[in-house]
Amino acid sequence: MYRETEIIQDNANGGLNAGDGDLIINVGPQHPATHGVLHLVITLNGETIKKVEPHLGYIHRSIEKMCESLSYRQFIYVTSRMDYLSAHINNHACAMCVEKGLQVEIPPRAQAIRVLMDELTRIASHELWWGAMAMDLGAFTPFFHAFRERETINDIMEETCGARLTMNYMVPGGVMHDLHPNFQRRVKEFLGLYKRKIHEYDELVTGNVIFQSRMKNVGVLSAADAVSYGCSGPTARGSGVSCDIRKLYPYEIYDKVEFDEVLETGGDSFARYMVRIREMQQSIRIVEQLIDNIPEGEFQAKTKAVLKLPKGEFYTRVETARGELGVYIVSEGTTTPYRIKFRSPGFSNLSVLDHIARGSKLGDLVAMMGTLDLVIPDIDR
Amino acid sequence: MFIGKYIKDIWAGIRSLLVGMKRTLYYFTHHKEIITQQYPDNRDTLELPERFKGEVVMPHNENNEHRCTGCQACELACPNGTIKVIFKNELNAEGKKKKAIDKLVYHLELCTMCNLCIEACPSDAIKMAQTFEHSVFDRNQLTKVLNKPGSKIMDGVE
Amino acid sequence: MWSFAHIANELHNWLSNQFNPTWTLIIEMVIAGVAVIGLFAMLGLILVIMERKVSAWMQIRLGPNRVGPKGMLQSLADTLKLLVKEGLTPDGADKLLFNVAPFIAMIVAMLLLAPIAFASNFQLWDLNIGVLYVSAVSSLMVISILMAGWSSNNKYSLMGAMRSGAQIVSYELSAGLSVLAVVVMSGSLQVSDIIESQRNGWWIFKGHIPLIIAFITFIIAVTAETNRAPFDLAEAESELTAGFHTEYSGMKFALFFLAEYVNVFIVCSIGATLFLGGWMPFHIGNWTGFNHAMDYIPSSIWFFGKTFFLIFVIMWFRWTFPRLRIDQLLNLEWKYLLPISMINLLVVTAMAILGWHF
Repeated sequence: MYRETEIIQDNANGGLNAGDGDLIINVGPQHPATHGVLHLVITLNGETIKKVEPHLGYIHRSIEKMCESLSYRQFIYVTSRMDYLSAHINNHACAMCVEKGLQVEIPPRAQAIRVLMDELTRIASHELWWGAMAMDLGAFTPFFHAFRERETINDIMEETCGARLTMNYMVPGGVMHDLHPNFQRRVKEFLGLYKRKIHEYDELVTGNVIFQSRMKNVGVLSAADAVSYGCSGPTARGSGVSCDIRKLYPYEIYDKVEFDEVLETGGDSFARYMVRIREMQQSIRIVEQLIDNIPEGEFQAKTKAVLKLPKGEFYTRVETARGELGVYIVSEGTTTPYRIKFRSPGFSNLSVLDHIARGSKLGDLVAMMGTLDLVIPDIDR
Repeated sequence: MFIGKYIKDIWAGIRSLLVGMKRTLYYFTHHKEIITQQYPDNRDTLELPERFKGEVVMPHNENNEHRCTGCQACELACPNGTIKVIFKNELNAEGKKKKAIDKLVYHLELCTMCNLCIEACPSDAIKMAQTFEHSVFDRNQLTKVLNKPGSKIMDGVE
Repeated sequence: MWSFAHIANELHNWLSNQFNPTWTLIIEMVIAGVAVIGLFAMLGLILVIMERKVSAWMQIRLGPNRVGPKGMLQSLADTLKLLVKEGLTPDGADKLLFNVAPFIAMIVAMLLLAPIAFASNFQLWDLNIGVLYVSAVSSLMVISILMAGWSSNNKYSLMGAMRSGAQIVSYELSAGLSVLAVVVMSGSLQVSDIIESQRNGWWIFKGHIPLIIAFITFIIAVTAETNRAPFDLAEAESELTAGFHTEYSGMKFALFFLAEYVNVFIVCSIGATLFLGGWMPFHIGNWTGFNHAMDYIPSSIWFFGKTFFLIFVIMWFRWTFPRLRIDQLLNLEWKYLLPISMINLLVVTAMAILGWHF
């Protein structure tokens, strides 16, 4: 990778003391490429990046503190607003943590529904990421093509869960409603559509020579760095770090379905891109296995009207579309949590941005931010 | 050989670009693939799924009766303080004082459509409506009273 | 006949009968100026709606369909909106340069219209170095962009302008070299001569592969020269918000916008003139019947048809490809396009000397 060594050495004085001829520009909080209110203070030398400093807090809603005043049934809905693109998976993590405290065994049907919903959410999230990332690189058309498939998933969600984005479908003990009678048919329609259109992704973006040259050898993250910065999800898997929670610490029925953990060893933006593209296909595989084999039975375990967790600490983790989400609940034995901490994947993934961006061009920063798949409310909470 | 690789690179690049252009040309000429929904025009044919969470409503029957007992389960279940139950005392048939709801105030501007109140309601008195065009000019209009004026509790609902 | 040339002649004769030669010339210049401004306004409206429809259909959308029949008046409505908007000048801006820059962009675009032959014998100014004039004047375009970027006193604008400067200066070269290929073949810099030399076949057909290569390099280079995607680094929405025109609003922004589209039209019309025979109809060998039928189509329709086809191709690029990075952009020019077009020019010269064309 092309780097100017003197630039790296220059940063001894650190921070905003720019040298002669350095240009400090503020990307964000309102900027077309940040997809939210991320604020990056970038020190530039010409077009070359010397330093990237993310400033957070523009969308801090103190969700963790809010959760402390909500009951164990109520706090789950707030977590949809963290990583709004994988709302189901966030809710899933919280519901699982509460179930762990209550020691409730959830029925197999509810487990299958949860996994199905998680994987559909993952596909929808990756679709949006794909379109938005292509748009950051200047190709507008893939954005609309990605939305065609994503809308189909949103329609399925709307029919079964009643909402398109913040569904609040997972409740402690199972799921809120049973599946809609049309669910299986519509998921199969979606699978058909997806398979018909999958080759377009290669034609429009993946195979494109401009796209590849924008992506390859850009923002190289080594496996050691990925581990030390605490990256997870596709960001770390693009560097060859095996970290799929679904494989390593299987929850629900992930140990019973067949799928591969997607690993790429490049560590550059293109590797991260390919991880997500291939992950979509693995999710399709999981959905295909489950859609005809949803067990009959209850969709919700019997729980008390007022939930009280025993005194103690509970931690669960799940694999969201962006990486590892950890939910940590400290309970004092009352109806509300004493303390809640979310370990969000976006925050750790953002922290590598400065490391991988130094020495590359301003245009590359957009590609890196695209492939880190940042969702700003997830970073700030 | 250098020249061979150079020409090969150029050819592969041009080919990948042409493949992309073929794809966009396909969509340029195939207007049947267009997915635009012309929203305000298709209002009449717009069908929302029955589970769609638009706003909380309280169904009344033809005798202006609802099923709400005023148990406050929804008020307790709501994470945002969206629902307020205001009571009144009224005399029942035997002349005994009985507690009944005066108003069930619903703050649409606070509601996040999480569906927890509907799940909590023991007597199915409230449900989600499929309306979604909620914008108004005055935010006071978003504070709604769910029970209709003069409405009573349905017989047999405890 | 209602050809453009006929109308122009009739007008000239009528004016000559009414006034003395000096006044005739002045009145004709005024008419030409008004016609050019009218053409600009029309082009702006047509090309904007065309771009929006092309992009919409490629993106499986409907595109504008509310204002007027099938949304055809949408760009008129947009122009009205831009006209009544406030043209803001930032406090820290260099006010003179800031306000002059959009007009320079427009004036350059207008100057470029002079040597273009819109129909047979219908040309504002058939100067004997027409092609040289076009490549000389079109490089002035960068000055307006640099002025706008510098005077805005905005870092994004400045970066956009600097990128654009590097880009236009580099791509001038291969655009010039590919134009030279045609000049070498036809042996003249005069636009009317070049068109005349294509009477028995367009250069893209009778120039064999070298002129096809020249045509491709020309299209790529002019796409870059007009700052259109995938070479829109001067604007680079996701990197520089709006590049050199970040601070512009209202009609001053609209002038930049219009100048971009007019420039696209001009480079495409030059491409059509040099490579696709300008207003010459499409003829195939000795199919006299077919050739005769083609002759019935008016020359202006041939010219605009070819031009709009090239414009469509450039729009097609824009809505398909991602944007290049600045170093890749320069690599493409200096490592690929320039060597290729230089060798190509050499081959074309050999062909012209040896007479290896039809």
